[in-house]
Amino acid sequence: MTPRALVQLAAPAGLVLAATLLGATVSRSTEIYFINALVAVSIVVALYVFVGNSGVLSFGHISFVAVGAWAAGVLSVPEQEKPAFMPYLFDFLRDTTVGNVPSLLAAGVAGGVFALLVGLPLMRLSGLAAGIATFAVLEITSNILRYYEKIGPGLNTFSSVPETTDLAQAAIGALVVIVAAFAYQRSRFGRQLRATREDPAAARAVGVSIYRQRLGAFALSGFLAGLAGGLYVHFLPINVDAVYLDLTFITLAMLVIGGTTSLWGAVVGALAVSGLDSLLANAENGLDVLGWTLEVPAGTRIIVVSALMALVLILRPSGLTGGRELSLDPVWRRLRPS
Amino acid sequence: MSAVVASGLTDFLGDAVDLQVQVDAIGLGAIFALMAVGIGLVFGVLRLVNFAYGQLIMAGGFALAFASERGWPVAVGIALCFFVVLGLSVAMERAVFRPLRTQSPAVMLIATFAVAFLLQSIALLWFGPLGKTAASLAQLNRPVSIGDVDIRKISIVAIVTAAVCLALLLVVLNRTSLGLHMRAAAMDFQTARLLGVRANLVSAAAVLISGVLAAVVAVMLTVQFPTVTPGFALRETIVVLAGVVVGGMTRLGSATLGGFAIGYASGVLGGALPTAQSQYLPSFVFGVVILVLLVRPGGLFTRGRPAVERV
Repeated sequence: MTPRALVQLAAPAGLVLAATLLGATVSRSTEIYFINALVAVSIVVALYVFVGNSGVLSFGHISFVAVGAWAAGVLSVPEQEKPAFMPYLFDFLRDTTVGNVPSLLAAGVAGGVFALLVGLPLMRLSGLAAGIATFAVLEITSNILRYYEKIGPGLNTFSSVPETTDLAQAAIGALVVIVAAFAYQRSRFGRQLRATREDPAAARAVGVSIYRQRLGAFALSGFLAGLAGGLYVHFLPINVDAVYLDLTFITLAMLVIGGTTSLWGAVVGALAVSGLDSLLANAENGLDVLGWTLEVPAGTRIIVVSALMALVLILRPSGLTGGRELSLDPVWRRLRPS
Repeated sequence: MSAVVASGLTDFLGDAVDLQVQVDAIGLGAIFALMAVGIGLVFGVLRLVNFAYGQLIMAGGFALAFASERGWPVAVGIALCFFVVLGLSVAMERAVFRPLRTQSPAVMLIATFAVAFLLQSIALLWFGPLGKTAASLAQLNRPVSIGDVDIRKISIVAIVTAAVCLALLLVVLNRTSLGLHMRAAAMDFQTARLLGVRANLVSAAAVLISGVLAAVVAVMLTVQFPTVTPGFALRETIVVLAGVVVGGMTRLGSATLGGFAIGYASGVLGGALPTAQSQYLPSFVFGVVILVLLVRPGGLFTRGRPAVERV
């Protein structure tokens, strides 16, 4: 790996590690925010693998998160607890209980297989049509998970899922997703897909199949999103509304604010927006800043985040990072003037 | 088993041809058609899918509720509703749509997504999750008897209003120079500009007309659903968007027809299907959307080959 590539991996991974270390020094109640931010990093990077590399918009990724959460949640609730809130489960789901790592793997596989199946027809679309179609996928998934009680809790909350996503697991999860995204974007497949994003006609002319490359990225991205969903359900007792429009919006906002076309942008966006969001959440309960008590009314968070997103889109459409990976080249040039 | 299905089917058909259900469904279709025009018009000129359209209607609903809680006369409430919706439309056009006009449709879609959440969260902060009640026009919800069927007044009002609005819009589009400019911009924005069409004028006009329609829809929806919450009209907008895509976004006529069709279909199905079966209705509707996008990306009601990279 060239030094330049090393920086491109080390920067996002280092940022995640720094957030983890910071999270380890604070109180338990504040630690929640850091775990939340790390899970958000996993989701946003998973989203980036498809949206960033292909340039095709997807409103449907939260359905892969939801499917992953459902798989991990249903499989890891202790058997004696299942009838309490999931009385109508299929027999094999009712009688199977697995540990932490297998349930996370199952979450990834469920998300990946689902994304592959959805992608088979949908990856022929692009632009606005793709946006609307993936939105339809989100609606359908959410509708089915809400009412089909043989595969999950329906409208109930996922209580009594073992809360194994602590700071360490959230950090490992985020790092795994980042490394996978990095490995993918440097592979020949990732490069081919980026070529189709920059110039579809030219990419086709050199023999790249847009459909196949998009499908591959969609499935990988679905796998990672499913994994993130597994992390999520092992962190909070969620229900179907937690993995629906609001999460779709906030994760898209993170990606857009950070910069859609780079891994660095995805991580920066996720951490920056999560940080701001947590700060405002605290401020809603009154926050002491250097002796000043900052207090904002409840509900300010989403207003600030959506206003920020609109502002970034208008003033800097390529995001905070400009959609580029972090590069030390300018620093080198200054150190060694030639 | 088959006897049960058969009798269920007869019940369903019996309900579906019921005149009352029909008129209500057409009324809902008329409201959805107006929303479809509002979305389709802005899409035509600006190539922008306005996801925040439902929040405009929501704002209008809150204006009506605000007036009705203070006991203001109905006319004042409706005037306030138009004022709020049009003001928001203009603000949205100036602050978001105009600066983003050169961006890709996907970026603009995300931007309107952000605006939608912004407006919704402001409403949540201001009015709370339970919302307000707009009761001043409630008497329109009462039925009138025509022959031996009872028809809610609002359904008739909705059908007539929609017809009048669409007729007026047709006159504006086909008989005025502004309409000509808008149609030219919808065909080809760049060329239209070169030929002297003022970009800001047509974009503002499209957004304003779409705002007027949003206000009209707000008035009629609050009659049917008097409780205005921050999520008011969100479901309807999503369904109308689906209908517009199914009908065909690139032409106003096909978009309108798509909106009407989906409103009519959900009216008939919602009136005739038992709850246990209608809970998967959204899945069915959005399954159809995906199917249409795959098979006829240009929409069901468009003629000829759709332009591939139009969107």
